[in-house]
Amino acid sequence: MAGTLAEKVWDAHVVRRGTDGAPDLLYIDLHLVHEVTSPQAFEGLRLAGRQVRRPDLTIATEDHNTPTLDIDRPIADTTSRTQIDTLRRNAAEFGVRIHSLGDADQGIVHQVGPQLGLTQPGLTVVCGDSHTSTHGAFGALAFGIGTSEVEHVLATQTLPLAPFKTMAITVNGQLPPGATSKDIILAIIAKIGTGGGQGYVLEYRGEAIRSLSMEARMTICNMSIEAGARAGMIAPDETTFAYLKGRPHAPEGADWDAAVEYWRTLRSDDDAEFDAEVVLEAADLEPFVTWGTNPGQGLPLSGSVPRPEEIADENERVAAERAIEYMGLVPGQPLRSIPVDTVFIGSCTNGRIEDLRSVAKVLRGRKKHDDVRVLVVPASARVRLQAEAEGLDRIFLDFGAEWRNAGCSMCLGMNPDQLTPGERAASTSNRNFEGRQGKGGRTHLVSPLVAAATAIRGTLSSLADLDLPEGTDVSSFDGSPLAPLDPRVLVQV
Amino acid sequence: MEKFTQHTGVGVPLRRSNVDTDQIIPAVYLKRVTRTGFEDALFAAWRGDPAFVLNQDAYRSGSVLVAGPDFGTGSSREHAVWALKDYGFRVVISARFADIFRGNSGKQGLLAAQVAQEDIELLWKILETKPGTEVTVDLEARTVTCDDVVVRFHVDDYTRWRLMEGLDDIGLTLEHEAEIAQFEERREPWRPRTLPAKHLPKVDIAAARPVGVPVELGPTRSA
Repeated sequence: MAGTLAEKVWDAHVVRRGTDGAPDLLYIDLHLVHEVTSPQAFEGLRLAGRQVRRPDLTIATEDHNTPTLDIDRPIADTTSRTQIDTLRRNAAEFGVRIHSLGDADQGIVHQVGPQLGLTQPGLTVVCGDSHTSTHGAFGALAFGIGTSEVEHVLATQTLPLAPFKTMAITVNGQLPPGATSKDIILAIIAKIGTGGGQGYVLEYRGEAIRSLSMEARMTICNMSIEAGARAGMIAPDETTFAYLKGRPHAPEGADWDAAVEYWRTLRSDDDAEFDAEVVLEAADLEPFVTWGTNPGQGLPLSGSVPRPEEIADENERVAAERAIEYMGLVPGQPLRSIPVDTVFIGSCTNGRIEDLRSVAKVLRGRKKHDDVRVLVVPASARVRLQAEAEGLDRIFLDFGAEWRNAGCSMCLGMNPDQLTPGERAASTSNRNFEGRQGKGGRTHLVSPLVAAATAIRGTLSSLADLDLPEGTDVSSFDGSPLAPLDPRVLVQV
Repeated sequence: MEKFTQHTGVGVPLRRSNVDTDQIIPAVYLKRVTRTGFEDALFAAWRGDPAFVLNQDAYRSGSVLVAGPDFGTGSSREHAVWALKDYGFRVVISARFADIFRGNSGKQGLLAAQVAQEDIELLWKILETKPGTEVTVDLEARTVTCDDVVVRFHVDDYTRWRLMEGLDDIGLTLEHEAEIAQFEERREPWRPRTLPAKHLPKVDIAAARPVGVPVELGPTRSA
């Protein structure tokens, strides 16, 4: 029978079919753990006298709470310190591998899995974090879970899961220069809405998706949850295999050949039927920014803040009025005229080496706008090392940006990196909810290229707003290295 | 888990759509390592506003929340469910729930009852014109009764059964432990394992310092 990619991965993991309306019991190949959503789960195991069933399929790191400054000193915030200490104790007690602050493989959990080669096609991957959908970029079925489910996976390495629907999102053609995968996903969310993906596993396909790098694909799958989806996936291909080859936990020798042979079967059959289909033309896309307080409230940068009275749906109109008031904007105001106080470059959405390279290419030889503070936070310590090996840190510091240690940082402001009330940010992260980046903070979600241009000009901007030398090829501001890499300093991420 | 068959309590109209989990409980409250005591964090940013519905005497003791569509979107934090429960809520009624929130609710005995948006509007009208009106939610019959209005709600059969029986998921799964072990035996050997750990070479990480503190950059690197 013809099947979709998601159905194939699902079927390969069914331990027990549900009967009488009960869900299927699925085996979990990889469980990623961090400090925020795990303490109560480990406590539950302890109270029930249970062990971690498969420590060898589990890995922990510290990311949400970790400071991005002074990481060699005790964490100043005592509640954060307690939570991180709790994770370290739990990892030691239950035999779980952990990458702690100061370790080269510490970082945002959704970067750590891929960079170690643990995230592979066809796996089921879970984590107590909604952005686990990131790993779907490899053709894995990956989704965020709550703490009760974290405990369930620790104890049983399985999860009972309700059936899902499938949605094909086809992006045809090629992106115009200056538009990125972030703009693709922001446009998709604006099109289908924050609830549009509820109950669905999304599969991104089409020429525009196929031509993206692994990291750009991760950006898209990462934000599937912002459309309400259970997960997002991209079928693995040569790009995927090339990314994985040689990573510490990638299969080797005959195992590699067997794995690749299987991975090649992981695609939706030509006659597979999806429950819903959405089509976008990449050529129509331009840099996208959000103006409101949910990721679906986005528009092309050339647009203006919406006029609520022109919105037909009452719920949407009320939501737009509230959002515009919270964001301190004026209906009809051009988005390009909005000044920002902070530019945040980082997060599991856009804190990877390619993001940092493309930002550095724009910032090179320039100075930041006087009224803007710029934070650059690599997704993992290994990404930081790589950036430093390539000299990107110098470019950021010369520009006037702050070059920080790895973690979730200002994406959600659980550590000291927060917006103050009324402060406005252009952020490469994934959520613009009220207060997300700090109480009263105002967030515009943007691509790394828009973030870079905004840091230079002080208002929401794209590359088109910069005085680029005549004949500049905008497509050169991509994720490729700035200069040929010296193999002696290469630190693979 | 406590069994849930029927609940009667004051209904609270929350006329907002897209109530994400950052609104239900901001991230700063997630640093606790306990599973209880989150009631003060519920809707923390809105609780400071005297006009907020939970700050009005008639609704303060509410236990049935009637919210706009797309309730519980965003982060997977189960703390959102704990905060609602710790405050005293037993039921949330909405036209659409985010999947992870719905799943988390089911694990914790909080009923996420899905009701058509026009019925939500009906309930809002009653609860706003007669503040303090009690709502009865009958899980067996899948009905919400408020004043003289009775509306049906949707909840999937499995969640309903588990809630009514008060069953613990892990216990249920472990009844099939033998099948899990059999599955593990047929897994492909090349699937990745986190242990024994494999690494790239260890490299020291320089600690970033606050702005204004000189940073040692070393000699110019390759770029």
